[in-house]
Amino acid sequence: MQNQKKLKTVSYAKWGYLFILPFFLSYAIFSLIPLADTIRNSFYEYYAFGLKTVGPNWTGLSNYISLLSSDLPKYAWNTFVMWILGFVPQIVVALVLASWFTDARLKIRGKQFFKVVIYLPNLIMASAFAMLFFALFSNAGPINNILLNMGVIGEAIRFMESTLGARTLVGLMNFLMWFGNTTIMLMAAIMGINPSIFEAAELDGCTHLQKFFKITLPQIKPLLTYTLITSLIGGLQMFDVPQILTGGKGAPDRTTMTLIMYLNKHLQAKNYGIAGALSVFLFIISAILCWFVFKMNTDPDPDGSKSAAKRAKKGGNA
Amino acid sequence: MKRRIWYAALMAAMILGLLSGCGSSPGGSDVVPGVEGKILNIYVWNDEFQGKFNANYPEIDHLSNDKSVTFLKDGTEIHWVINPTQDGVYQQKLDEALLKQDRVSADERVDMYLVEADYALKYIDPEANVAMPISQLGITDADIANQYRYTLDAMRTADGEIRGLSYQATPGMLVYRRSIAKAVLGTDDPETVAAAVSDWDKFYETAERMKDAGYYMYSGRADTYRVYSNNVSSPWVKNDKTVVVDPNMMRWVERSLEDTRSGINHNVPGQWIDEWNKDMGPDSKVFCFFLPAWGLDVCIKPNVTDTAAAQDWASCPSPQSFFWGGTWLVAAQGSDNPEHVKDIMLKMTADRDILRSLAVNNGEMSNDQPLMEELAQSPDFGIELLGGQNYLGVLSEVAANIDLSNISSYDQGCVEEFQNTFGDYFNGKISLEKAKANFEMSITERYPWLVGGGVEWP
Amino acid sequence: MQEKRSHGREILAHVVLIILAFLCLFFFYILIINATRSHAQLQLGFSALPGSSLVTNFKNVINDPAIPILRGVLNSLIVSGCCAAIVTYFSALTAYGIYAYDFRLKKAAFTFIMAILVMPTQVTALGFLRLITNMGMDDSLLPLIIPSIASPAVFYFMHSYMQSSLPKDLIEAARIDGSMEFSTFNRIVLPIMKPAIAVQAIFTFVGSWNNYFIPALVITSKNKQTLPIMIATLRGADYMNFDMGKIYMMITIAIVPIIIIYLLLSKFIVEGVTLGGVKE
Repeated sequence: MQNQKKLKTVSYAKWGYLFILPFFLSYAIFSLIPLADTIRNSFYEYYAFGLKTVGPNWTGLSNYISLLSSDLPKYAWNTFVMWILGFVPQIVVALVLASWFTDARLKIRGKQFFKVVIYLPNLIMASAFAMLFFALFSNAGPINNILLNMGVIGEAIRFMESTLGARTLVGLMNFLMWFGNTTIMLMAAIMGINPSIFEAAELDGCTHLQKFFKITLPQIKPLLTYTLITSLIGGLQMFDVPQILTGGKGAPDRTTMTLIMYLNKHLQAKNYGIAGALSVFLFIISAILCWFVFKMNTDPDPDGSKSAAKRAKKGGNA
Repeated sequence: MKRRIWYAALMAAMILGLLSGCGSSPGGSDVVPGVEGKILNIYVWNDEFQGKFNANYPEIDHLSNDKSVTFLKDGTEIHWVINPTQDGVYQQKLDEALLKQDRVSADERVDMYLVEADYALKYIDPEANVAMPISQLGITDADIANQYRYTLDAMRTADGEIRGLSYQATPGMLVYRRSIAKAVLGTDDPETVAAAVSDWDKFYETAERMKDAGYYMYSGRADTYRVYSNNVSSPWVKNDKTVVVDPNMMRWVERSLEDTRSGINHNVPGQWIDEWNKDMGPDSKVFCFFLPAWGLDVCIKPNVTDTAAAQDWASCPSPQSFFWGGTWLVAAQGSDNPEHVKDIMLKMTADRDILRSLAVNNGEMSNDQPLMEELAQSPDFGIELLGGQNYLGVLSEVAANIDLSNISSYDQGCVEEFQNTFGDYFNGKISLEKAKANFEMSITERYPWLVGGGVEWP
Repeated sequence: MQEKRSHGREILAHVVLIILAFLCLFFFYILIINATRSHAQLQLGFSALPGSSLVTNFKNVINDPAIPILRGVLNSLIVSGCCAAIVTYFSALTAYGIYAYDFRLKKAAFTFIMAILVMPTQVTALGFLRLITNMGMDDSLLPLIIPSIASPAVFYFMHSYMQSSLPKDLIEAARIDGSMEFSTFNRIVLPIMKPAIAVQAIFTFVGSWNNYFIPALVITSKNKQTLPIMIATLRGADYMNFDMGKIYMMITIAIVPIIIIYLLLSKFIVEGVTLGGVKE
């Protein structure tokens, strides 16, 4: 009897390996090998010179050094600013909307309609969206036309020629594309909160605001943190929108050039050495963020309840 | 069960094999000497040459529905491969194709491509060997005897070979709105207007009058750029390492800042953009544009067809002579269609009838000096756009004086980056020092091997 | 007192929602209106009413030789469709492997996938490009499809879904009935996973349809380009500015198919966002 059982589990284990093989094989070939190759290239001087190629010549860390003395810190800052411009409104609006949508007392007409509408931009091709904004917000475009005709402004606003204007357009697009998604996620999280907590609070006479800040927010903290970090990783990859909006120039004054736009420039120009060093930078930053996500996903005590119980127990014993 | 897995794996492998066949087929060895290929690939950045070719080349049978293929009478198919030129994309795609030239099948090879003065040198470099000398094609000096010397000198390399032929001469002139001239100067007569802009001082006097009357003299800083950049004394880059900014370029910077601030120009941030197009349209308040002959057909005409401004233009000499670009036809090394390419090049750049037709129908200044001089004298020659004016009279003198000795392979990049970075300065967003620093940064991003070479400012 | 405040909140909520809905929809409204107007009409300024050049603009776009948009739609369809199929199948496969079997490296495998869950693909783009060039797959649609075999996020979704919807006794029962492992997966497990597969197929399709960075680096020849690459070409093509109607029509063609799919399946899609299980 025992022998039979042992035999069965051993033979089925092989199937486990087989089933996961395609995934790992594909990842090894298309991600791990390229990673090693990218890291290797970062130490070589290797670029296209018109129709000729220079390199590969070993140069050690010189690619990294020249990267740091280039405008790389500026581009990192740009990426961060444009991410914040989109993320802060996104999370605030999503929280507000989610709490409204999940409030049983609040009658909102056309809830389904609104849900469908706010999620729509998430599916739109970011590059086409940016192309659209480029056409609409240009100096002689429809938006300026409307504002001029309504008398709101005296002369055309040159949106894409000012740093604030261009960055705000990018932030606006990011906001529109993601706030719907975040709202839906937060709604699900709020609906997962035990309703008896709310009932108890109401009996104690809590106002809406108090309920929101003292109960809702802390309860969904894990999801908020998760959203923050995944949004940060997404922000790191910001490319389509500023690339198409500014035609790859990162104008004005290189204030909308993001890290990936910079990487793209080098890859298109076949400048493998610098692209490699830049990729390694990005990989390190991404790896750190990945680690945070990993910790959160495998955290056995996501909302602190277990450690609170532990402390209570300790306190009781003492 | 195991068998099923093996079958599945085999099927997958087969399908993968089939799908990967959808990529480029291995080739290189299917070029038969002496026999012309069926497909002729021409790389261009817009449909200008294609249009002129389709309208004039005698051997055309018909066009495909979407106009991307021109079918010749002998069965040859001309495939037009269009990649826009902004940001160096056209060059990049062309480079990729040329580098694959000996690895792809005969039908996929680049047979002919167009280049502009801004980057021609890169392609006609004998070391790069991607352009066929016209002598190799069998074109003789007698064939091209009527062409403007400068178009040939620009394409002649140190080994004495010419590697490109042009169908146009591109001296520049001022093209102005008749109605605005009448409103402000009292007349639209080209002689009088010419006197009002005969040099920079007069030009700016007239500009003040325009401004007082509520008009803009010209569209934006990019419009005057070439007038300054054509009159520099050294190329952009020396020794393939150091960028040299000519004092004339800084004069353009100062002048543009002044003009933008005082409202003399309409502060349009570039050319070929929607705003610039609108400034040529019927509702525009912009007085004049700095354009070569081809600009009439390519830039102005699309914006005024069927509008009140359709014949509201005239031309006169520019305050300082300049030229704008020029397109050369280059035969790609490794092409499997040299006979056809030779015929196309000869017909489109040296056939008098075709060149005459281009001038008459497209407002072109064709690359046939005696013909242009003849037409300049002819009272019947003029185009509708200019209300019947004969613009060749204005241009022939300038054409004789064009000097391309300071072009370099870096011109496109330098022109674009210089205008972009200083654009923010004109808008008052950054200081002059910042603009200079930005230019240094972006030019080394565009051409990475210039890192460390530095930029010399006057 | 409570009633009155609730009323004020309701009004505020509706106002905010209407503003947001306006922001979400207005730009697409202008897009579609402008796609029906001719270039000359557009140069005259904004109008809230549609023009009559819908068919003209459409014809111009289809016949533009520099940007073969119909070809682009086809390429995008091929890549997105194949990706959706491959991602969902192999993610379910891998999730099943980790879920249903116990083997020595199981925990390590799961941990590894969780560690790479959100790693962006751009950081390995350089090596990826060189690899596929060496494999001879540059400038083909294959490198856009095959690597999606390994999709950690979808795997996680499938795995979570299995944990809540696939009882292990079912697998045992199938084994006792004599079903081979692979066939168990195909005949029994997959049908149970249908909702998860459907949702992820849609998201993967949309994600792949909109993907720009890596395809732009992989694809060089014009007739293999996908839609986002063509939009980028549109952005850089200064001569296209002579016909703004065409530009708006092209953007419309890139965006509208997805909008239509979405509107048809909207309820399903919106619910699917949270199907994978928000952790509680």
